[in-house]
Amino acid sequence: MPTNSNALVWKTRLFAAIVIVTNVTGNFALSWGIKHGAAMDGSAWSFVRVVFDPWVFCGILLLSGWVLSRMALLSWADLSYVIPVTSVGFVLNAVMGAAFLNEVITPLRWLGTLCIVGGTVLVGLTAAKTETS
Amino acid sequence: MAWIYVAIIVISTVASDLLQSWEMKRQGEVTEFGIGGIGRLLRLLLTKAPLIGSMVFLAISFYAFLALLAVADLSFAVPATALSLVAETVLARLLLKENVTPARWGGTVLVATGVALLAL
Repeated sequence: MPTNSNALVWKTRLFAAIVIVTNVTGNFALSWGIKHGAAMDGSAWSFVRVVFDPWVFCGILLLSGWVLSRMALLSWADLSYVIPVTSVGFVLNAVMGAAFLNEVITPLRWLGTLCIVGGTVLVGLTAAKTETS
Repeated sequence: MAWIYVAIIVISTVASDLLQSWEMKRQGEVTEFGIGGIGRLLRLLLTKAPLIGSMVFLAISFYAFLALLAVADLSFAVPATALSLVAETVLARLLLKENVTPARWGGTVLVATGVALLAL
């Protein structure tokens, strides 16, 4: 199995964490804003109103940070590494949905959570940057 | 209607990620992380056609995601896009020629299964 230098490993972990946190908090802010703020009825004007809701706007800022940190991460790490490793954010999304949006986490969802964590650990053990073939 | 939004999200997400990964590899590893580094990333976003295309697909995905959130729970909306995980890994192997090891395939399938289970 190919290995990367210590510096690259820690840089990759740091940026993966930033990507996950900005994505999860950004998605949460968007969802909160849409469910508790401006309503969307499909018209162009309602899209504009929603974008300038404070929660939605905050979500957009966080997701802008997500785009930039992900661009940086993808400049050295494989896409096939970044996608599964940052998927642990799905678990945090579900937990935040349950904690703050009164969404239900069923036993199947907990099983799904275990699968995601297991898969993330498995991919996380591989080298982030490999030679192309 | 929700599944139409999901299809739009998956297709546009896959296209966006492939374009972004391909162009960022071409630009080389980012080593500057201060204001100058952020400025360089923003400049790349505004001047490189693949990154502009990536942002267009991301915007399509974003608006479809907003529309999906209006008709479905967040805990359905996010996991329902799990198909993109496997599609992106297959295309990363085929188009970006990445070296996808068995451990990475296994982990990706496990994550996609888990994400799908979250939607049930």
